[in-house]
Amino acid sequence: MALLERINAAARKKVFSLQEAFILAWNAIRFIFVPPFYRDDVIQQMDSIGVQSLGIVVLTGFFTGMVLALQSAVQMQRFGATTYVGSLVTASMIRELGPVLAGLMVAGRVGSGIAAQIGSMRVTEQIDALNVMGTDPIKKLVTPRLIAALLMLPALTVINDVAGIFGGNVIAKFYLQLPTSLYWATVWDQISNGGFVLRFIPNDFVHGLIKPFVFGGIISLTACHFGLRTTGGTEGVGVSTTRTVVTASILILVTDYFITQALLALLPS
Amino acid sequence: MTDRDDDQDAIQTERVRAAIRDEIQADEDRDDSPPPRDIPVIELRDVWLAFDRPVLEGVSFAARKGETVTVVGESGTGKSTIVKLILRLLVADRGEVFVRGKDIEKVTYEEALKIRQRMGMVFQSSALFDSLTVFENVAYPLREHTNLSDDEIGERVREKLRFVDLDPDEVTQLAPSELSGGMQKRVGIARGLAANPGIMLYDEPTSGLDPLTTGIITNLIMKLQRELHVTSVVVTHDIRSAFRMSSKIALLHDRHIVFFGSPEEMAASDDKYIQTFLGGY
Repeated sequence: MALLERINAAARKKVFSLQEAFILAWNAIRFIFVPPFYRDDVIQQMDSIGVQSLGIVVLTGFFTGMVLALQSAVQMQRFGATTYVGSLVTASMIRELGPVLAGLMVAGRVGSGIAAQIGSMRVTEQIDALNVMGTDPIKKLVTPRLIAALLMLPALTVINDVAGIFGGNVIAKFYLQLPTSLYWATVWDQISNGGFVLRFIPNDFVHGLIKPFVFGGIISLTACHFGLRTTGGTEGVGVSTTRTVVTASILILVTDYFITQALLALLPS
Repeated sequence: MTDRDDDQDAIQTERVRAAIRDEIQADEDRDDSPPPRDIPVIELRDVWLAFDRPVLEGVSFAARKGETVTVVGESGTGKSTIVKLILRLLVADRGEVFVRGKDIEKVTYEEALKIRQRMGMVFQSSALFDSLTVFENVAYPLREHTNLSDDEIGERVREKLRFVDLDPDEVTQLAPSELSGGMQKRVGIARGLAANPGIMLYDEPTSGLDPLTTGIITNLIMKLQRELHVTSVVVTHDIRSAFRMSSKIALLHDRHIVFFGSPEEMAASDDKYIQTFLGGY
């Protein structure tokens, strides 16, 4: 009986937490359209989430592109198909690795930062101070971070994709001795052969930009949710940070599968 | 400096204080339904609250205009919960909480935000925004909820910092982390006062401070009552400060208010628990 009660209590806690997360998400989205608008906070968060993540995203994209080209070249050499390495790197980067890697990197760097910052504000009563001064903390803290993440994740993903394709180009040129023009021709072939939406937007781009938009929402809302629920002083801040990175990463990977499944059904190549 | 200069300064200071008092009064009069003058500014009526266990049972007390009511009690008895109820950061399971005659538990969330804008709060941890300077901290409620110009906000911030005996030229550009505990508390009071609220709430304002700084903060709370006629509710376990600054003291014990009266009445009480709590003070 005691075991059942414990299971019941734990399940109720999880359900309440999930309910809180949905209410937070709903309010954060609703407040995008309700004044006052904290434009300065949005710009500051765009800098923090986007500009300051540039280095890590470029580096990750570039080396992932190089590794992709290197691994695929080893396999393709057996079939004499190394000329298609640009096509493979492009498809992998734009459709999958670009959005997912940018998402995971931002979840680690920015998600943990947001959770730690809001968590510290919670345990030092700064969130209560906002409330007391008649400011809604969701409007002041969560909505600007949500808007910034929704805008910056797609931008970071594009930069990640470009860095990855350039990384592939380096391997193609110096390891496989492929002419640069040939590499870029296969890159374009891949983009144009994937089909177009509304005649001029490549399908691959749609795949590659819808995902980071969703990931931006997942990262910012997960981080704010755990940050606002922080209890237990500095130790609690550490717990919230870890939970944010783990939960956001898992959600990104799971959501990626379902978005891919949906996009493949809606936009077949 | 001559005596004449001193007189001029004193006249000027009194003019500023009178202007603040007028502003507080005007703010109260602007209320849609201003309460009659004789009803309490803050009143708790038979308030019950429980989380995992009961915290408050049948708690009632009132603070009239210009009074400083101090809630004292042992640690963990739910003193801070009372402040959160007044701010409607928590909602009571039973009972009513009135602020300026309005049942704060029956207003909408948006109305509660507006009511809070007219109350100042000083937190146990000061709760200054560590990403902002001292100036920006004090200016925060003005930037959020008033249409004052930058010059007017600057002047108001300097005035509030001077009121809490801080030199604006020295502290405005400092980060909260660069201030001592006592200075952080004073900046917290200045921030709470920025919008000229008629009600100030303090959660353990002297906790963790040395006796000298405790005296300074207590004097400041008394100065607010004396010069600006602000109604205050102070939560503390510092009985010495409570006796100095309170119009009335509420003693919270075992989920109930076991005493509510003046410091003199408390000192004269022959109740065994009260005498034990006072510890021979």
